[in-house]
Amino acid sequence: MSEAPCHIPRDLVAAGAWKRGNAIRQSLSLMKGEINMTPATTRANARIETRFNDSTVPARAGAGLKAEHVDAILQDDYHIGFLEVHAENYMGDGGAPHRALSAIRQNFPLCVHGVGLSIGSEKALNKVHLDRLKKVVERYEPGLVSEHLAWSTHDNSYYNDLLPVPYDQPTLDRVCDHIDQVQEVLGRKILLENPSTYLQFDHSTMSETDFIAQIARRSGCGLLLDINNVFVSATNQDYRPLTYLSEFPLEKVEEIHLAGHATDTDDDGRPLLIDAHDRPVDDAVWKLYDIVIGQMGPVPTLIEWDNDVPDWPVLRREAMRADEILERRAGNYMLGSRHAAVC
Amino acid sequence: MRRSAEISTPGKIAPLGDFTNALVDPDLPTPRGVMGPGGAKADKRFNVYRNNVTVGLVNALVDIFPAVHRLVGDAFFRQMARVYVQAERPGSPLLFEYGGTFPQFLESFAPAKHLFYLADVARLEREWLDAFHAADSKVLEAQDLGAVNPEDLPHARFIRHPAAHVLRSSFAVVSIFSANRSGQSLSHIDPDAAEDGLVSRPHHDVEVRQLPQGAAVFLAMLMDGETLGQAASQAASVAEDFDLATAISGMLEAGVFAGISINTNSKRETIHDQSN
Repeated sequence: MSEAPCHIPRDLVAAGAWKRGNAIRQSLSLMKGEINMTPATTRANARIETRFNDSTVPARAGAGLKAEHVDAILQDDYHIGFLEVHAENYMGDGGAPHRALSAIRQNFPLCVHGVGLSIGSEKALNKVHLDRLKKVVERYEPGLVSEHLAWSTHDNSYYNDLLPVPYDQPTLDRVCDHIDQVQEVLGRKILLENPSTYLQFDHSTMSETDFIAQIARRSGCGLLLDINNVFVSATNQDYRPLTYLSEFPLEKVEEIHLAGHATDTDDDGRPLLIDAHDRPVDDAVWKLYDIVIGQMGPVPTLIEWDNDVPDWPVLRREAMRADEILERRAGNYMLGSRHAAVC
Repeated sequence: MRRSAEISTPGKIAPLGDFTNALVDPDLPTPRGVMGPGGAKADKRFNVYRNNVTVGLVNALVDIFPAVHRLVGDAFFRQMARVYVQAERPGSPLLFEYGGTFPQFLESFAPAKHLFYLADVARLEREWLDAFHAADSKVLEAQDLGAVNPEDLPHARFIRHPAAHVLRSSFAVVSIFSANRSGQSLSHIDPDAAEDGLVSRPHHDVEVRQLPQGAAVFLAMLMDGETLGQAASQAASVAEDFDLATAISGMLEAGVFAGISINTNSKRETIHDQSN
């Protein structure tokens, strides 16, 4: 072993050893500034001692969590009902994303929304990915966990989009098996979200609502009703959104999503709506939401805004609009229930 | 019903397989069996998915490689990224892990050949993001080192912090990266000046430093588990003016290591490890 010139000076910390001018401190798009929270070194202990208080997601408006909003949300007098995250964004080992979400989770109820499990996949689910989801769920104890009726992975390639499934018996059987597997591994019920679709398969043998109702009945999963998706798909597939909603098993719905969509046209010049999540919720979607809440009563409602993300106050304004409808309908709903009970 | 049974028969092309091939290859036709309402043509409808997939993955590359994006400009980057996306999809739904082979792709991408330093800038950006998501860990402090008996120091070995990486380049990779990420001009940079870079996350944020001569060899050896004595002597042999005291305080400040272990004869003492 070579032990040659190793004279170590006693004064080990001469400041600025490697030129500061060359150092870059940067937090990219994630997290600006410091967040007051439990240091990483004590987190493991803290997790055991202090379980999160807010494990139930209230029937209020929530927002999709964006890193750039974390500080504003924590400092805002308006205490939003809950926050929702894409599970995949918190599947890294450590660093700023986990720091931010831990701070949020200590103050708010949380929903975890998976976008990468590929439940509609033709092949088996990715067990490694399912274990990652389990870790996120165990770490942050969300009130609700949801995934999509879609696929995104095929032959080990991830396509980063929610791709459509045919509504036929083999697909139904497969999706039910996959949901069984997910619920077994997570040890809890998940919610399945209705998709926004741009086309249909000629070998589909049942309607989307029938397909989803059968999944919920067989697997025991709950449903996440995305009303923007209903509006987008209904427009694209040429049916009435209210017809869809009248056929949808609303009694299984435990969460609602609202988002903005873009407008295009198809090959024949018919409207083709795109589930863009890049703008405010459309008035037509707000109207449908009002009707749905009137019918089923208040339910946790998420505003999704994933592209061209605005400053927090703009997103908050959308959430407050949902809160207003929830409050108004909550009053009516209680009166209605009492009335029904009296009769 | 009959049709679906037919499609699930082994040997037939699975509809989703058809779908995926056409998703990333604009020269392929719209897959069989998809349509608009009432059997309407679905080319533009299918193109929505094509667009979502390609633009989504191209945007992911823009996010992962912002300096490369700035260096070549938006239009060029997007054209180039489309070629990459067609050849290489993410292997997992964790998009922040995408682009591991992008640097090699850049080396072979003829239209960008004149930007000979581009691949190394991409390597540094990929390492930056790995460091960003790396596991949380304690950082070796000066007092941890101070607690070691001076006679044992030459035998000390170090435990790499999960976020720490050394990148050696024949080009001015750190200067180019830094100027791009902070929006500064590149005009004063000589791209041919070789630079070694250090990526680390000593506290909360990822930091990138340019290493003085000898330091890359010194750190790389320590990261490989060689002793302080071996690393110091190797560094001194490649860089005449290698200064050990500066190197040690530099590595402490940058948080390159998470712990230290002393192994004298068979006695092994771990002062500090990665657990948290």
